[in-house]
Amino acid sequence: MTVRCRVIPCLDVTGGRVVKGTRFVDLVDEGDPSALAARYDREGADEVALLDIGAAPEGRGTMLALVRRTSRRLTVPLTVGGGVRSVSEMRAVLRAGADKVTMNTAAIGDPALVTACATRFGRQAVVVAIDARRRPPGAHDASPGWEVVVRGGRDATGIDAVAWARRAADLGAGELLVTSIDRDGTRAGYDVALLLAISSAVSVPVIASGGAAGAIDFISAVIDGGADAVLAASIFHRRLVSIAEAKAVMAAAGIPVRQTATGEVP
Amino acid sequence: MRRPIRVAVIDHGAGNLVSVGEALEDAGAAVSLARRPLDMAGADAIVLPGVGAAAPAMARLRRQGLVGAIRRWAADGRPVLGLCLGLQLLMDGSDEDGARTLGLIPGRTVRLDGAPRLPHIGWNQVDLLRDDRLFDGIADGEDLYFVHSYVVRPAPEVAEVALATTEHGGRFVSAVASGSVRGVQFHPERSGRAGRRIIANFVGLAADSRAGGRP
Repeated sequence: MTVRCRVIPCLDVTGGRVVKGTRFVDLVDEGDPSALAARYDREGADEVALLDIGAAPEGRGTMLALVRRTSRRLTVPLTVGGGVRSVSEMRAVLRAGADKVTMNTAAIGDPALVTACATRFGRQAVVVAIDARRRPPGAHDASPGWEVVVRGGRDATGIDAVAWARRAADLGAGELLVTSIDRDGTRAGYDVALLLAISSAVSVPVIASGGAAGAIDFISAVIDGGADAVLAASIFHRRLVSIAEAKAVMAAAGIPVRQTATGEVP
Repeated sequence: MRRPIRVAVIDHGAGNLVSVGEALEDAGAAVSLARRPLDMAGADAIVLPGVGAAAPAMARLRRQGLVGAIRRWAADGRPVLGLCLGLQLLMDGSDEDGARTLGLIPGRTVRLDGAPRLPHIGWNQVDLLRDDRLFDGIADGEDLYFVHSYVVRPAPEVAEVALATTEHGGRFVSAVASGSVRGVQFHPERSGRAGRRIIANFVGLAADSRAGGRP
């Protein structure tokens, strides 16, 4: 057998609460992060992601306390993202209980940071998050593709997402979290073409994010998009699909998933 | 009431000490961090955690005077558990950065070749080769959480130290036991209930060892 495809519920937090919006705006309160994390742990999540989408500088201490509280309630790995801009900030987040740290805007602005963090903490602890938006045909050049956007999807960078993915892996990223900003929060399904373009360009694992409406989207992300893990937020928070149901559907499609006795517990 | 089992978690600056400590506490152990040999005094068992590369971790251990202390600890037949990088540090040396490691188990740490994706990140099946107290209550083939690019290759003359294997590209040794020294390539502290059981089994081993039983 081989490594299992991971199902990762994602907690987008701001001001200490889990929120979810459409395309990073129109936020709706979804509850307490550590309580939700504990629920997902019980329900068979393979990993939990905690992303601080506010990432306000004044909220840094609050975020560390939240990481500590969330880590305490987990028996599975915790990936934390939002606002890490230095080796010492990453160290603080790891020391608070995170197993992996995602960096996004900071990595674009300072690619050497990816290498510095990978050297210090090991590449497996460094996840580069890539928020990508489909280029409107002819807007920048004739080639189809995706460009990297930063600051929660608000700023375009003009950087090609696939080229950046390749570079991020070369710089030392141990994993890539690929979010389609076009699909995020829309429940229109993952951008499978984006996933395939990136997963075939790199040898590090790729996590699919942005747009999942149901288990069928997990299957296409893995089988058609080559993703190694699938991440989703609102469909789990609102119990549109349970982690156990998602895994059962994936397993039926021939995708190896971790089965847990606890997965069936409501 | 008897005092709890004391476990010293070796702090060499790399790894999620928080979750290791929490998992040990959940198993009833009293946990302390060891940054110097003195910090190991009074402990019943030591845990060598860690992720990342061997060289910086070994440099820290050397600077802290912990290399000799850990070797003496193992030579005395006292319980040691290496996790992930901590397992790799038990070997003679690592191909990752050429580091000379603790040399408690003959063999080397080598790159996981032939894997479709590296690092090997995620849950994968642990196939048991033989019984060991560490895996009491764990099903053969249980899924446990891995995150690494290098693996241990015990020397042929000590092939029997291998406790379990896992497949990712090729088949590699995912757990070892040699006397009182044990190590696992996965992260039991982040491997759900099964992982917590493995941690509890190690605390149980430490209790037996303290009571004078065989480790």
